Amino acid sequence: MKRILVAVKRVIDYNARIRVKADKSGVETTNVKMSMNPFCEIAVEEALRLKEKKLAEEVVAVSLGPKACQDQIRTAMAMGADRGIHVLTDTELQPLAVAKLLAKIAERESPDMFMLGKQAIDDDCNQTGQMLAALLSWPQATFASKVEVEAGDERRAVVTREVDGGLQTLRLRLPAVVTTDLRLNEPRYATLPNIMKAKKKPIQQLTPQDLGVDMAPRLQTVKVEEPLKRKGGIIVSSVEELVDKLRNEAKVL
Amino acid sequence: MLHRSLISGVRRQLPKARGFASTYRAAQSFQVDNSLTEEQLEFQRTAREFAAKELLPHAAKWDAEKHFPVDTLRKAAELGFASIYISDDVGGTGLMRSDAAIIFEALAYGDISTTAYLTIHNMVSGCIDRYGTDAQRQGFLPQLISLQSFSSYCLTEPGSGSDAASLSTTAKRDGSDYILTGSKAFISGGGVADLYLVMARTGAPGPKGISAFLVEKGTPGLSFGKQEAKMGWNAQPTCSVSLDGVRVPQENRLGEEGQGFTIAMNALDGGRINIGTCSVGGAAFCLDRALQYASERRQFGQPISQFQAIQFKLADMATAVHASRLMVRRAAESLDGGAESATMDAAMAKRFATDACFTVADDAVQVLGGYGYLKEYGVERVMRDLRVHRILEGTNQIMNVIISRELSKQQR
Repeated sequence: MKRILVAVKRVIDYNARIRVKADKSGVETTNVKMSMNPFCEIAVEEALRLKEKKLAEEVVAVSLGPKACQDQIRTAMAMGADRGIHVLTDTELQPLAVAKLLAKIAERESPDMFMLGKQAIDDDCNQTGQMLAALLSWPQATFASKVEVEAGDERRAVVTREVDGGLQTLRLRLPAVVTTDLRLNEPRYATLPNIMKAKKKPIQQLTPQDLGVDMAPRLQTVKVEEPLKRKGGIIVSSVEELVDKLRNEAKVL
Repeated sequence: MLHRSLISGVRRQLPKARGFASTYRAAQSFQVDNSLTEEQLEFQRTAREFAAKELLPHAAKWDAEKHFPVDTLRKAAELGFASIYISDDVGGTGLMRSDAAIIFEALAYGDISTTAYLTIHNMVSGCIDRYGTDAQRQGFLPQLISLQSFSSYCLTEPGSGSDAASLSTTAKRDGSDYILTGSKAFISGGGVADLYLVMARTGAPGPKGISAFLVEKGTPGLSFGKQEAKMGWNAQPTCSVSLDGVRVPQENRLGEEGQGFTIAMNALDGGRINIGTCSVGGAAFCLDRALQYASERRQFGQPISQFQAIQFKLADMATAVHASRLMVRRAAESLDGGAESATMDAAMAKRFATDACFTVADDAVQVLGGYGYLKEYGVERVMRDLRVHRILEGTNQIMNVIISRELSKQQR
């Protein structure tokens, strides 16, 4: 393969405490630590492994959003990605608009594979990869737990997917969209020398206008609320009481 | 359901928390530090992740079993942590002291003892990089950078501690070699390390008569005492080193004859900043643990964090950590910039940070009460580890001597 594009999303760090905004319009992001979406990190790692196996020549990290997204592109480049593309926008990002932007970038870059995390841990949409494949009319393999690329001119990938009943293996023609699941790999640490090298790698900056994409939101967030607080449990005194409660209170029997 | 399994899946990859802290999250790790450069934030990110995954989960075990985690240290070396300020022409990371101050703090948050050894190793390698001949740099540094070879710094002697310039180990010329005789005490990495940077007397009494030598393990006449039983710093070995007619070729003398004390003292300027940094990391850990405990522990019908006595203690602790961090980083910047005040800044930072951060650890034990005294909660280990920082790399009383001397220089 000549090139793999990897989409990386800036999200609230998985360790940070999530606070809902007072007006219920979303979650608080000011002064909250932001990081690369963990599934995107897995996608970067997988692309780098393919490159290290000489199955790909170049890995390009793509991110969309405000200027700060360049941090996540830098992280990807510190891990080993060769260069970055940043589409600068302060508009709210929704899966369809993101997929359209990524499709336009794919047209410009003609990658052999577009890798994405299967979903982002902020909105948990799990739609972008699928929409991207549809827009490009490329085959897609989602929830990948193993990715292999066949050597030779055939240009095919073999992807194992985690599905409800077990594992499904697909063989698909390239170029293709692959979205990564949790057990695909364990991402590497960025080494200190590579962090330094990442400084010198280029990030191309674009705007949605450059790509001719209409970013207008199609979805409207009605309100965001905290999950219900867990109530304390009770200790039952006998099996009979337990069965009674399961049958008459919880109504699960 | 799908969502829950995903998140719990992501969290499975996170370090396992212990004891009461089953919901433990590294409060430190989501603070936003606006004073750092973009690269420094990345260094910090890597160091924090490494500390959270590779150090913190094992720190208690290493302490209890007195285990020196060679494999973990080599993993750290792969990321560049064993060669932070070694030039890149020999494969070093080529960063500055101010970067090191951020990295070592993040690592010490996970384990002080291991990180402190790493700082000593960086210090010895730094001496070779700075004062070594090309042959010495090419010969020794690649193995030190990858930690295929571990190093030790040998200045202190049984009879020469604070008065380091009075050391009595001798190095007598014999043709193109030197014959080293004497003994060294409290040597971190002793017995395990492959390379020893030994200060020995080649000339007259006093600082000007001292030279530095690189002594390789296995050299006839080099032997080690029993491993010392210590209060803390248990994840690294410490022992005495005996030199009984150890023949060292002239090529292994580091720097000029008589330059040894200067090399030793310059190294210690950086070493003191590093030790201060390790104190900050340990204290930051204690602060996080205390904050969390205070918000979870209920007495008299409310979380103890609602009591002003606890609030003020936590406020004092947070202030001490912050002040220590600023002093240490400032001293590192002074050293990077070759400021005239670098020695004094390092001495002040070392004295202040090691004292203040020890008090933070002690306070954390107090906030956690009986639980703080149990090993399971981790803060007593930090307290034991931090205690020695007030003694080594020059006691804090010697720091006052240095500060006073520098002050009087300014008066002249």
